[in-house]
Amino acid sequence: MPVIARVNGESVSFNADDDTPLLWALREELGLTGTKFGCGIAACGACSVHIDGVIARSCSVPLASVAGKAITTIEGLGNQGGGSEAAPHPLQVAWIAHQVPQCGYCQSGQLMAAAALLKTAPRPSDAEIDAAMTNICRCGTYPRIREAIHAVAGQAADQTGAVA
Amino acid sequence: MKLKRRYFLVGAAVALGAGMFGVVWSNDAAMARAKRLTTGKGESSFAGWLKIGADDTVTVYSPHIDFGQGSHTALAQMLADELDADWAKIRVEQAPADYAFGNAALAKVFAGQMSGHPDVVGHLPDPVFGLLARNAPIQITGGSSAVRATGQYGMRVLGASARLALLAEAADRLGVPQAELTASDSRITHAKSGKVLRYGELAEAAAERPLANEPTLKARGAYKLIGQPVDRLDIPAKVNGSARYGIDVTLPGMRVATAIAAPVRGGKLQSIDPAPALAVKGVEKIISLDDAVVVVASGYWPALKGARALAPKFSDGGNGAISSASIHTAQAQRIAEGKPDKDVHSGDLAAAFAGAGTRQLTADYRVPFLHHATMEPFAMTGHHAGGRLEVWGGTQDPVQTRNLLAKYAGLSVEDVTFHPMIMGGGFGRRFPPYTQIIEQIARVAMQVDYPVKIIWAREEDVRQGAYRPQSSARLKAALGADGKIAAWQSDYAQFADATAEAGLPYVVPATAMRHYKTISNQVDAYWRSVNASQHGFYNESFVDELAHLAGQDPYQFRRAHLPAGGRHLAVLDAVARRSGWGGALPAGTGRGIALVESFGTICAHVVEASVKPDGTPLVHKVYAVADCGMVVNPRNAEAQVQGGILMGLSTALGEAITLTGGAVDQSNFTDYPVLKLADAPVIDVHFIESDAPVGGLGEPGLPPAAPALANALFAATGRRIRALPLVGQAG
Ligand code: FES
Ligand code: FES
Repeated sequence: MPVIARVNGESVSFNADDDTPLLWALREELGLTGTKFGCGIAACGACSVHIDGVIARSCSVPLASVAGKAITTIEGLGNQGGGSEAAPHPLQVAWIAHQVPQCGYCQSGQLMAAAALLKTAPRPSDAEIDAAMTNICRCGTYPRIREAIHAVAGQAADQTGAVA
Repeated sequence: MKLKRRYFLVGAAVALGAGMFGVVWSNDAAMARAKRLTTGKGESSFAGWLKIGADDTVTVYSPHIDFGQGSHTALAQMLADELDADWAKIRVEQAPADYAFGNAALAKVFAGQMSGHPDVVGHLPDPVFGLLARNAPIQITGGSSAVRATGQYGMRVLGASARLALLAEAADRLGVPQAELTASDSRITHAKSGKVLRYGELAEAAAERPLANEPTLKARGAYKLIGQPVDRLDIPAKVNGSARYGIDVTLPGMRVATAIAAPVRGGKLQSIDPAPALAVKGVEKIISLDDAVVVVASGYWPALKGARALAPKFSDGGNGAISSASIHTAQAQRIAEGKPDKDVHSGDLAAAFAGAGTRQLTADYRVPFLHHATMEPFAMTGHHAGGRLEVWGGTQDPVQTRNLLAKYAGLSVEDVTFHPMIMGGGFGRRFPPYTQIIEQIARVAMQVDYPVKIIWAREEDVRQGAYRPQSSARLKAALGADGKIAAWQSDYAQFADATAEAGLPYVVPATAMRHYKTISNQVDAYWRSVNASQHGFYNESFVDELAHLAGQDPYQFRRAHLPAGGRHLAVLDAVARRSGWGGALPAGTGRGIALVESFGTICAHVVEASVKPDGTPLVHKVYAVADCGMVVNPRNAEAQVQGGILMGLSTALGEAITLTGGAVDQSNFTDYPVLKLADAPVIDVHFIESDAPVGGLGEPGLPPAAPALANALFAATGRRIRALPLVGQAG
């Protein structure tokens, strides 16, 4: 029986076998290649996506387990407000402003991890960033990842301040 | 096949200065071919590497691959600055994998120039001549060479020459003297008449004009783009998932495969029962290669399941007794025997040691094999149809990749197309001679009639790497009566001669650098910063030991050995100043300093570190100062140095590839730990601009990291570290 789930807001029926990791179903069946393969054993975070809003390493999530769930990949990270125009996530804007990526391969996963962090901790401390951002970046973009997260958190706080 | 080390010494050419020779832009077959390969209607090509569209779009074709080091943007900045182009209309494209775009095309024009100027040929250092002329046709990216060779000698000269051609065309069209025209933002203005012509409307005719051989390049004060922190052109596609890497290539009807090679390098496939893999749903074919098995399936997951179901038998190629321990024993033995393969020395070493009494020191150092651990594992896609082979993937030399594909497929080069893709990291791993997947994709694609993508599992990537060589050294030095180093001897055992990197920036009256060649069953590969990674650690740790033997501060001790007014001293002083060297630190925290020159760039770091209660090292802060001559893009330059430092620290802290029974013991990030964000220190990077030749930046930030850390831990604990990695040692 095909697994049915929502991916980036659309209902999808997967044909892949139940034990197929979500990563490969996303990449090979849906052509969503922004989610990357790095290790296959939940050790690097390159394959990070959100499942019902929670960060998950899709290389180690069997397809069967996401039936009925809502999956967000890097391709759907922007536009979450449901607007018509392609509106990037504030983190994507900050990633460009802070010139974070080098080779860029790990960055989809880094952005998904950072976005999940900001949902639970809108103004994360350095310790919270340390604990949440466990994705590997071989190019060494960590200092700028930290900077960019703080910058977005700062903006969010400013906006909150303005409303209040 | 081995790459020649001399590829990595191209910096010397820059010492000639920009004015000494220009480029003869001959309208030869290569240029015509380059034009054919890149230009369409309304587009005009200047010497192949530059294209201007009627709509003013300026496209720069980079012969270098950008795998994260930002060279595409830097090269475009250099060309666009000399061209006075509008930065908003600049694009960079990867040059096609064709000899017309090899650096050899440039070499040809250099050679043409040289034949008319024997005096210049005489002055041209061998390394650069080797890079540009002798090693036809290459498109290599390595040795931190993009900006300092291609940028300085190719892109800037071409930009300036094309600008002159556009000015000449505008002068003719307007019937005014060229001297009355000014160029800026892709427009030429005649101030007197107020007339303005766009590059786009001049390009077609200007491209027919001869290009100037020796255009005057801008002086430093006139740069508009060089030195500016412009945004990298590749970044937007890397934050929304749209950048397509080699692993992302998808073709209609494509199958996905994975490979398992002989665990002991040098071994061959002896037998294989394909049945268990073929029983896996989705597996279609098992292909036996000389030293590997490839499982072809409908997708990666079934391919991996199929591969795991197999129990192929491989021979060990006679390498079953090789281990990290056996390599170390052999290296130590060769050094002990004292019969070097190469001995480069200066001064009277024997007399200096004889006169030094007890003020001398001998210490043994060693480092393990290291893996590049690019985040994107090897992946290539191939399709053989109608006698032609088409392949997609990322390597550090597309032209050579195409040649190798042709060789393994048994086709002529003309019948092979290679599409270079963005790479998820390189660091030296993707040089074609040891990028094994090139041979795999060629052989596999020739055996099937559908497109096929091979993806290596991370386990394969770790076990079948091309590692930074394991190496050992015995360092010996004597102090003179003045408390300075009177003699220094480095006996090092590894595969490659590293005379240059074993050398010192310090003034020492008597020195010897002796190389003992040792081999293993591993390839001798390039790894970010190559030999400077281990020799930087050896030398800068041992200098620290000598400072303590002399009873001096490690910074002051180094200072005393550097020529006054020199670049090395300026870098060292700057890092000491910025780090507050000598100032108070919390108890248990130590400071370490290290200075290493590599790829034409001088780099010094100060590391502050301590030991955690569990005995593992904690790096608090790193201060880095680099002099690479001219900085083309300061923000990207900072990122390169940060990245080099973090890779250097990561390897020093915990990375090692070890061999048992000829096979690699590690398999994934669980046993080959790469530094994570929580362990990344705060990094302060500062550049010193100098008139010195442009140096590289992709690599030089790395070598001082390990010794500065080891020296900091010595300052914190009193324990000297002479072997890497640190894991399990400190405390
Ligand atoms: S690929 Fe999933 S965590 Fe590495
Ligand atoms: S940007 Fe290259 S691995 Fe993170």
